[in-house]
Amino acid sequence: MSNGYDTENSVDLAPGDEHVEGGVGLRVLGYLTGLALAILLTATSFFVAGTDLVWQPSIPVALIVLAIAQMGVHLVFFLHITTGPDNTNNVLALAFGVLIVLLVIGGSVWIMANLNHNMMPMDQIMQMQR
Amino acid sequence: MVDATIAYPHSDPHHLRGMEASGIAHSGPASKRIATGYGFWIFILSDMVMFSAFFATYAVLLGQTAGGPSGRELFDLRNVAIETAFLLASSFTCGLASIAADTRSTIWFQLGMAVTCIFGLGFLTIEGREFASLVARGAGPTRSAFLSAFFTLVGCHGLHVSAGILWLLTMMAQVFAKGFRPDILRRILCFALFWHALDIIWIAVFTVVYLIGSAA
Repeated sequence: MSNGYDTENSVDLAPGDEHVEGGVGLRVLGYLTGLALAILLTATSFFVAGTDLVWQPSIPVALIVLAIAQMGVHLVFFLHITTGPDNTNNVLALAFGVLIVLLVIGGSVWIMANLNHNMMPMDQIMQMQR
Repeated sequence: MVDATIAYPHSDPHHLRGMEASGIAHSGPASKRIATGYGFWIFILSDMVMFSAFFATYAVLLGQTAGGPSGRELFDLRNVAIETAFLLASSFTCGLASIAADTRSTIWFQLGMAVTCIFGLGFLTIEGREFASLVARGAGPTRSAFLSAFFTLVGCHGLHVSAGILWLLTMMAQVFAKGFRPDILRRILCFALFWHALDIIWIAVFTVVYLIGSAA
């Protein structure tokens, strides 16, 4: 094998490394598949954002779902994060990262919306301070 | 390739190859490539945690325009589409360059990295012009909390891309000067991880900042 690292003797794969039996052609095909899927999802995102054909309140949710799908495509086809046993450590680290990201974003948006909702309108605060 | 059983006579006494995943075989410490790549993967994830704080800030401050212009008036989605295409194409060519590095093909590696660099510079040029035009229209980062959050988040991503391009040029020079040594190959692995991760963050940027931000 020409990769300079011994995949046969190791249980794990470095993140970004690919476990394929095929040659260069297969690997390029993998990147081409990822590129095609990413283009499809990006184009859908831009189309959905600018169209009147979809029920308007559903658009932000649709955009977020499309973005998460595209992140998955990038992780699988470009970063080669798979569900295989040689990738367990990488997936676990990713899962922890995703947990923290969700906590930070979800928590901030939730708490700030709640504060906004409970705050007195600005003009009333000004009146009380007089 | 050296046969593993010849190099380490006792590493596989029962010929359990193919059964490593069962947990029966005990391999030694992970190779340097795995340790380096895994460490860099942890760094990338912590970088994403930092970006998540900027995204949370932007989401919270999206409506706080202080009477100034909102995203709908400011953002030019055609520019954003071009930027997205550039970054996606550069991610693809970066992948081709890492295949070339694995097959020790210097020409294809340098070509792939050069194309990646050109797409990255194109991305930075469009982003720089966008920022300049916003500031010229009086919509700089000091105008409102919304614009402060916008410039911090998108500018931070732009800084990462700039650092990535410097790293890319360094890798081209190192492969040119030193060839595909194992340590250089580890750096190429880390660079590819970094560059693909930047594209993943850009997905979140164009979705949350531009597409949702110009609808709000």
